[in-house]
Amino acid sequence: MLSAFRTVLRRDLVLAMRRRADFLTIVFFFIIVVSLFPLGVGPEIDTLRTIAPGVVWVAALLASMLSLGRLFYNDYMDGTLEQMVLAPQPLSVIVLGKVLAHWLVSGIPLVLVAPILGLQFDLGGDALLVLVVALFLGTPILSLIGAIGAALTLGLRGGGVLVSLLILPLYIPVLVFGSGAVEATASGIGAQAHLSLLGAGLFLALVFAPWATAAALKISIE
Amino acid sequence: MAKINWFKYSSPASFYPLAGKVVPWFAWLAAILGVVGLYVAFFEAPLKDYQQGQSYKIIFIHVPTAWMSMFIYVVMALWAAAGMVFNTRLSYMMAKALAPTGALFAFLALWTGALWGKPTWGTWWVWDARLTSELILFFLYIGFIALGSAIEDPRRAARACGLLALVGVVNVPIIYFSVLWWSTLHQPPSLKLNEATMGTSMLVGILLVTFSLWFYTIAVALVRVRGEILERERDTSWVAQLIHEGKE
Repeated sequence: MLSAFRTVLRRDLVLAMRRRADFLTIVFFFIIVVSLFPLGVGPEIDTLRTIAPGVVWVAALLASMLSLGRLFYNDYMDGTLEQMVLAPQPLSVIVLGKVLAHWLVSGIPLVLVAPILGLQFDLGGDALLVLVVALFLGTPILSLIGAIGAALTLGLRGGGVLVSLLILPLYIPVLVFGSGAVEATASGIGAQAHLSLLGAGLFLALVFAPWATAAALKISIE
Repeated sequence: MAKINWFKYSSPASFYPLAGKVVPWFAWLAAILGVVGLYVAFFEAPLKDYQQGQSYKIIFIHVPTAWMSMFIYVVMALWAAAGMVFNTRLSYMMAKALAPTGALFAFLALWTGALWGKPTWGTWWVWDARLTSELILFFLYIGFIALGSAIEDPRRAARACGLLALVGVVNVPIIYFSVLWWSTLHQPPSLKLNEATMGTSMLVGILLVTFSLWFYTIAVALVRVRGEILERERDTSWVAQLIHEGKE
């Protein structure tokens, strides 16, 4: 079971490394969306500081949603996914490996870039740290929940737009607690409650999402 | 006493005529309760709330639609779960048939809430927890309907929608507890079981309208299920016989 998990993880990481352009596009999408806001809202630094957590988080939501298409699609097209469903190992473990690889490739870069973007919005040192921690806890939830949507819409016409309709409402709690953590730090309340809730959400998603994704994959493939 | 085989009615062929028989009953019940409920709302309930004036009568529509929109989502998820456990086609059809009505009620709850909020709070919309979660609920319904119509294979559509309903139902308790989590502008629920915060006639009016909407939902869902059954079973012999006898 563990070896299946490791094999899938390594395979997906290798495949991602062969196509670096794919995830670099996602990172630059994230940077561009965040940079658009000052142009739209205006350069007053006080306004920007207030909206920064929300802007960064919304951009992270959109970026992670955009990258979902690649999670299962290629394997679905060349038939690998079918073999994974037929494999003796539990599908949810394989799914967990794929989701972890997806997060390492598309989630971690967002976490690393976020502090630089936060500096553009004049966030303080503590707020920046909390932003990174919150994104670190929150982006895996996005990948886990998003996997359910990606599996449900596999191979459908207009699947990309549809997945946003299915998944964005489910992302909302992550957005609320994630940006809430940064705001709480900025206003001096302390982010512990928000971060704890994010951590709880991560464990909840870690338990249930791979299982739901596996069920969705079986529905989509048969 | 002979044991009744409840699963007999999980077969579309035997459910179809049963549904046809009970639809008028539910429809009439809904109409009667609706008329009585609105009569109570407009003529029996105290004419003026000293704070809010006549505009408060919107809650006779607003509260029942908000309740029903949440309740229908739970029922939908229960049907989806039943479909997964027993693998019955009819359960998925029920879940699918409930979705448009749920979306309608969620929309009406938001709309009437906005109409009520303008004179009372002085604003059409506030980003309060309960309004926002009702909006999310509306999005969940739209996602459910969109997924169902995007998948062409009816079997896959049914099962995918069922799974989505189960995933989304996690949101319904969040809606309920959100009042306790972040309470901001929205007043806490006006109906509490242990203390009378509103007049008896108001409560009766709201409950009557709620039951009216409930029976309306059952009637409409059954009509939709009948249509769905006919569409999916159009190649079977019992549908052919039905058409042959000229009943439909």
